[in-house]
Formats: sequence, C-alpha cells, structure tokens
Amino acid sequence: MAESGQNQKFERLEDLPPPVMAVGILGWVRNNLFSSLSNSTLTIVALYLLYLAIPPVVNWAIITADWIGSGREDCTSGGACWVFIYARLNQFIYGFYPEAQQWRVNLAFALLLVLFVPLLIKNFPYKTWLGFLLLLVYPVVAFLLFYGGALGLPVVSTDQWGGLMLTLVISAVGMVASLPLGILLALGRRSQMPIVRAFSVAFIELWRGVPLITVLFMSSVMLPLFLPEGVTFDKLLRALIGITLFESAYMAEVVRGGLQAIPSGQYEAAKALGLNFWKSMSLIVLPQALKLVIPGIVNTLIALFKDTTLVIIIGLFDILGAVEAAIKDPSWLGYAVEGYVFAALIFWIFCYGMSRYSQALERKLSTGHKR
Amino acid sequence: MNNTETPSSSSPVDEQAIILIEGMHKWYGQFHVLKEINLRVKKGERFVICGPSGSGKSTLIRCINRLEEHQRGRIVVDGTELTDDLKNIESVRREVGMVFQHFNLFPHLTILENLALAPIWVRKMPRAEAEDIAMRYLERVKIPEQASKYPGQLSGGQQQRVAIARALCMNPKIMLFDEPTSALDPEMIKEVLDVMVELADEGMTMLCVTHEMGFAKTVANQMIFMDEGQIVEQNEPDEFFTNPQSERTEQFLSQILTH
Repeated sequence: MAESGQNQKFERLEDLPPPVMAVGILGWVRNNLFSSLSNSTLTIVALYLLYLAIPPVVNWAIITADWIGSGREDCTSGGACWVFIYARLNQFIYGFYPEAQQWRVNLAFALLLVLFVPLLIKNFPYKTWLGFLLLLVYPVVAFLLFYGGALGLPVVSTDQWGGLMLTLVISAVGMVASLPLGILLALGRRSQMPIVRAFSVAFIELWRGVPLITVLFMSSVMLPLFLPEGVTFDKLLRALIGITLFESAYMAEVVRGGLQAIPSGQYEAAKALGLNFWKSMSLIVLPQALKLVIPGIVNTLIALFKDTTLVIIIGLFDILGAVEAAIKDPSWLGYAVEGYVFAALIFWIFCYGMSRYSQALERKLSTGHKR
Repeated sequence: MNNTETPSSSSPVDEQAIILIEGMHKWYGQFHVLKEINLRVKKGERFVICGPSGSGKSTLIRCINRLEEHQRGRIVVDGTELTDDLKNIESVRREVGMVFQHFNLFPHLTILENLALAPIWVRKMPRAEAEDIAMRYLERVKIPEQASKYPGQLSGGQQQRVAIARALCMNPKIMLFDEPTSALDPEMIKEVLDVMVELADEGMTMLCVTHEMGFAKTVANQMIFMDEGQIVEQNEPDEFFTNPQSERTEQFLSQILTH
C-alpha cells in the first residue's frame, strides 16, 4: 500500500473506551480517597471524626428529642426540646403582628411565590410581564398588605412587624434596591466625567469604610437629632435606607469587577454599530458583566441577608431577635441551644437556596464562549 | 491648521469625497501616532492600507468612526465633520460599518441576535423585519444554518463572516476592516476574503488594513503605505506593487512578498 510516502492514506484511529479503573465508583474511590498513603490516612481520620460527631448530634436532635407537647414539663427525655420552638413559632415568624391579621402576611408571601416560581421554569412564556409585576406592582401590593391603611385593612405599624417576616422584608428590599444602585455606582466609578466619578468613589469609600452597626446606630440615634422637631421617620424605613446604601457600596465594587473583565473590543463593537452609552451598557456590557459576577453578587446578597440580624441593635425584632427574646422568657429558660439551632437552620435554608439558585442561573446563562 | 495642502483636496467642500481627512494629527499622551494625514476617498473606492506594525494604520481607520479621537486637522465623513458632538459621532457610526481583527461578536447573544441588535435599537426597526434582514445577510455570508448558535460555537472564519454580516445589517455606506484575517487560522482566511471580494464587486466603499497582498491586488483601487504614523505613499495598485515611488515602500514590499 505504502509504496511511496506521498500516497499514504490518512486513517482515523478508532475511539476506545477508557481503562476500567479510571471510571465508575471503584475508580472514583481509588482516585479521590485512596490515591496515596497520605490521602488514605486523611480519609480514615475524617471517617473517624464523622463517627465521633454525627451519632451524638443525631441522637440529641432527633432520636431522644421531644417533639410534642405544650410546655417545658413535656421535655423530659434529655434530648432537644423542640416543643419550645413549636410553642413560640408564631412569634418567630410574625413577631408581634396581630394574630387576626396574620393572613395578610401569608397572602403576601404566597403571592411572591406564585409570581417567582414561574420565573424558575424554563421557557415559561410571560417572564417579562412577571418580572415587571414582581418589581413594580408587587412591592406596592405587599406594602398595602403588610401595613394596611387602605381597602379596609387596619393599620399594623412597623414596630409590630417582626420575626422571619421582618427578616424577609428587610433583606428583600435591601437586595432589590441595592443591586440597581450598585450598578449605577459602578458605572459612575468608571465614568469619564470627573464629578460623577468623584461622587461615586466618595460614596463607595465612605459607606464601605464604616461598620453596618454604626450606620444603623446613626440612622436611629443621630438622624433624629438633625431633623426638625416634629418630623419623624419610621424606624424600619431608616434601617432599610441605611442597609440599602451600605450594601450598594459593596455591590458596586462587585459589579465594577465584572465591568473590568469585559474586553474593550465589546465596548468598541457596540460603539461602532452606533449604540449610545446607555444602550451599549444595558444590551452589551452589563449582561455579560453581571453574568460574570453572579457568584460575587450572590455572595453579597447572602451577606446582606445575614447582616439583617444587626437591626436588633436599634430595637427591631427580626427572627434572631425573636428567638433571643423567647430564650429569656422565664418559663422557657435553658433552651437557648434549640432556639439558636432553629434560627441557624432557617438562615441556612435561605442562604443555601440562594446559592443553589445562583449556580443554576450560571449554568443557564452559559453560552459556551471562551474569548 | 492645514498648512500643507494636498493637490487633491483644495476645495473645502468636496461633493465627491465620502471620506475627507485634512491635515490630521493624533497623539497618545506625548506620543505622536499620526502625522499630517491627508486622505480623500470617493464613493465606491476601495483603499487598502498596509505598513509595518505600529505604523498607525489601525489608528487611522479607527479615527474615521471616532473610536479614536484626533487632536488636529479635520475628518469629514459623508458630509458630517467629526467633532466632540456626540450626535454627529453617532450619525457617522450608523453609516460606517467596522470589522475588527478579533471579531468582537457579542458572546451572550445568538448569531441572529448579534445581527439584528443594531437595526432594532439604532435604526428602530421592528424585530421581525430586522431578523429578516439578518437572515438575508447570513445567507450572503453562507452560514444561515448557524443563526441560533452562539459565537463561541463557531470557528474563527465563521465568526468573522458573521461580524461582516453584522456590520452590513446597518446598511452602511462605508466599511472599515481592521486586519480582518490576522487572527484566523490559515485554512479560514480564504472564506473571509471571498466575502470581502464579493462586497467589493458590489461597489461598497471600503478601507481595509491588511497584510493580504493577493487580496489587495484583486480588490484595491488605491494602495496606501504607512510608516511611523505617516502616509509614505499612495498609489494605484499596479504602480504600487511594480514601481513603488518610495524606497521605504519597496523595502517593505520586498519583505512581505518574498517571505
């Protein structure tokens, strides 16, 4: 066949399956857990530590725990006393929101779910409309439901709000308001207009430079001193503004990182097509930049969610505040651990949910490009 | 400002020239990148600009749609002088298409969306009509089947053809090409050049920075050789390749034609 080198035919070699030990469960265990002496030792030590830690925890939290009852006299087994959580659940969720009005809170969160869940469904047809409803109409409806004062709903003043509901209100408002503000600040910081840039830099550095506790303190203690007599600001509103401005400074820096990662060619191509500044930002640059920094944005949002616990310092009782109040109740003394575990579990569920959502979002938005 | 008048552009208002550059200078900080550039391009003319790297050829064509600012002299494109006025800049950019060395497609949009974007948002065209036009140009560059893919899934040559189609969707009067084949694998250069030759045959006004001398010979009406930020020589292609006026041009040509 190969009489001369030039006439040799190019033949494609067939694809072969990989060696058995490289794939499957056995292969995985061998490669990841027992690939070397030190790796095997670590695996065994880790297994032993898990053996030490997990059974007692499971025993305390589930097997010997007391689940049913109405008072501390029902907690006798020595395990966790979940009766305490159950007895105080209403306060943990609604704070001091009057019981007869709690359906309004339920309705508001049910509405949120109804609007939000379809957004997670692939190819749901009316996503633009839903997003519009969620961002522009829903906040008004939710405020009316929570606060009342219209449509025959009695007013529930904000100092009666509390528990998980307050945590969710503060974090939702903080998240929804701080992201757009952060984007504007990030664009401002990269602006070629000196005044805009100077303002953005000053704003970001000022708010990033102070602790959130200070911001909240200032908003509740100092701000009233500067206001003319008789003018009062709702305490919750002040906290919301404080948290929003504070988090937007962090958000701005995250978004700026994304903006810097977009190659100048993208800006140039947008310009060359005749797109003006706002169009090239909103159609070309920001969609790419925000996608790049989804992990950073979600990181900031999770931090924001947990930072809301600091509002306890100005006398707002979020879920952690409600738990702490319940722990100090003389009829339930001694069950602090259960209270904190419950609060931690609630926070973990929400934070982990956000984390999973962000990962799904990243996968969905991936268009397989490597520049 | 205009102290060395070129013979061709003595009248300030020139009906014939679609691009008119007079006594133009540009600096990057202290660095004088473009010196005393005079250029007149008539409608339908095809200019090929060559020269060693760092000679300012890319900067020159980027000045024509104001991706770069010039500091002295004047640039008039299709009757509009480029100044700080954003309105003028945007109206010039609408009429001038540009193709980049690295394609610069928008990676988060599909090919069809890449093409329809500017007609929709700049020309205010209805989406359906813009997508029709986009498909027509995709067919012209011979990749209609890629319409729903993302740029990252295409080969370099295909991406560059999409980039050309994207510029054409705005129905430009002038096309600028900034080394359109320099980032391509050798096997893909031809497919891009074919599209460009076709475009030239239809009478598009083109300015092209390229090292593809074969392409230049087929397509160009005028050759420009730049070095050190100056136009060293402007000539008809025949003269340019066989009988260059400047010693520097000859030296450059001997380097790239015999390599």
